[in-house]
Amino acid sequence: MDLSAINPAVLVASLMVAATPILLAALGEMVVEKSGVLNLGVEGMMITGAICGFIAAVQTGSPLLGFLFAAGCGAILALVFGVLTQMLMSNQVATGLALTLFGLGLSALLGQGYAGIKPPSSPRIDFGPLADLPVLGRILFQHHAMVYVSLALVLGVWAFLKYTRAGLILRAVGESHDAAHALGYKVVAIRLAAIAFGGACAGLGGAYLSLVRVPQWTEGMTAGAGWIALAIVVFSSWRAGWVLVGAYLFGGVTVLQLNLQAAGLAVPVQYLSMAPYLVTIIVLVIISADRTRVAMNAPASLGRVFHASQ
Amino acid sequence: MRRMTTLLAAAALSLGLGGAAAAEDPLKVGFIYVGPIGDFGWSYQHDLGRLAVEAEFGDRVQTSYIESVPEGADAERVLTQMALSGHKLIFTTSFGYMDATINVAKKFPDVKFEHATGYKRADNVSTYSGRFYEGRTVLGHIAGHMTKTNKVGYIASFPIPEVVRGINSAYLAAKKVNPDVEFSIVWVYTWFDPAKEADAANALIEQGADIIMQHTDSPAAMTIAEEKGIFAFGQASDMKRFGPNAQLTAIVDDWNPYYIERTRAVLDGTWQSQDSWHGLEQGMTAMAPFSDKIPAEVQASANEIIAKLKSGEMHSFEGPINRQDGSPWLAAGERADDGTLLGMNFYVEGVRGDVPN
Repeated sequence: MDLSAINPAVLVASLMVAATPILLAALGEMVVEKSGVLNLGVEGMMITGAICGFIAAVQTGSPLLGFLFAAGCGAILALVFGVLTQMLMSNQVATGLALTLFGLGLSALLGQGYAGIKPPSSPRIDFGPLADLPVLGRILFQHHAMVYVSLALVLGVWAFLKYTRAGLILRAVGESHDAAHALGYKVVAIRLAAIAFGGACAGLGGAYLSLVRVPQWTEGMTAGAGWIALAIVVFSSWRAGWVLVGAYLFGGVTVLQLNLQAAGLAVPVQYLSMAPYLVTIIVLVIISADRTRVAMNAPASLGRVFHASQ
Repeated sequence: MRRMTTLLAAAALSLGLGGAAAAEDPLKVGFIYVGPIGDFGWSYQHDLGRLAVEAEFGDRVQTSYIESVPEGADAERVLTQMALSGHKLIFTTSFGYMDATINVAKKFPDVKFEHATGYKRADNVSTYSGRFYEGRTVLGHIAGHMTKTNKVGYIASFPIPEVVRGINSAYLAAKKVNPDVEFSIVWVYTWFDPAKEADAANALIEQGADIIMQHTDSPAAMTIAEEKGIFAFGQASDMKRFGPNAQLTAIVDDWNPYYIERTRAVLDGTWQSQDSWHGLEQGMTAMAPFSDKIPAEVQASANEIIAKLKSGEMHSFEGPINRQDGSPWLAAGERADDGTLLGMNFYVEGVRGDVPN
């Protein structure tokens, strides 16, 4: 096989671009699940973020405001889910699915009149001479700011969960909400905060899609990315670093197979198209082979309803 | 998730429209789309056709549609719902609905079905399609003239005859004017996924393609072409607003006259199962206005090709043409018959790579 046509630096750079939306969404969902809540509405929050960010960026001419607005809208939508599940005790799975349906419909409605408009182009961060470094410059120093934000968020979430008291409390709420409640922690308030954070991250991921990766608004443009983000959370067994690995792996296989095809290599295309999903399944099998480890990592109260009276 | 959307949509349809049949009894015409009507490509054009039917017949018809219906078993369920809720004419607008359409048609002999781009018919199932390959001959001609890197990027959806035919047609036309041209083909295995289509466009551009052709439904590739400052062709719909500088022209599917004609046939009681395959001549396949980036002489020769294809003086597949393996397909002057074209599963000589199977 002649791989010389593919420039590895470009490949890595484009896999980072392809992985950023799912990385952001998965990271947010990971925090939500760490607090013991299963929100299946990631797809709906992503697509809402995609259109809200797009509208704000077009109206104000500022991509930054677009991203902020997307995060805000994602968080608000997530809080709808939060109020329903945490205060009104509705079923998390059903409410999450409903949130996805709602988000897809809402975004289509909001997006009327925004098709075919070009969003303001998002400037790349200028690293000066660093960007001209051979190989490394192309991989690391020529991206849109959101790529770095997503990486910083991975680091931040990891440090927050591992080293801070607040992170410890969040994990305690996810492991045993009864115990956390008995200790005097406000379980519902903490979970609502986690849900809002998850929604904001999903919104950012969606906005990255509509403002940077595709730069346009099309109905249904997330096309299932939210579900992949959910799978990555399980794949990572609820660890921030592995969310990064999972997202880049998934993005990487997708981009790699497109590049292999473009380079004219005789590869069986249908297997390549399957590859990201196959890899996910295989890794899930490998991870779950070690039962104790899974049990250790999955938040024990995940998806369970909490009420202070119980 | 689309499953849930369509499930709910189907439920709403059966509830909401089921009770509507009363005094006047307008003809209920249903449409199912593979993507959202906001894709500004394939499904968008079909929905324009639906609106044209409404505008033409007013109160005499009542139309409804369900978008983003996955191909396969889901389509069968949605179609059954549509037939049960009193639709007498149903347009199924994607190749992958073929078996679902045939199966449901068997159960509802008094409902008329129209299946786009397929080849299976029954007493109450017609098929129709555009000769989009004629449009691709024009695209290939322009691409062959205008590529500087001699590399044309082609984003293909699924390896079905429709798509393979388009690749062959465009390649033959490009090769005729530029013997050095190469087609770089990427199969994305989806009709609609803007992010993946954009990634594919980026990968092709990275590999040196300076013109992008697509056979997927969203304008994502056009947006990327605009961003990278290269050229591209719109698909199914005029995508100029997504690439004011990038779009050279586009193949535009115009379903309006056909949808109106077939609805009228049902209203008049003259509907019969048939197969329609309309090209540039009948207007089902049309070209968007040429960009002024195309040199005048190329525009002239492209217009000449359009005229000749319309008049029948020229055919997109006219021998001598060999298959990819070098074996002869068409002798000099021989034209491909429709049967072969409809089942085309091979590349012509010169196209690189294999048709995935």
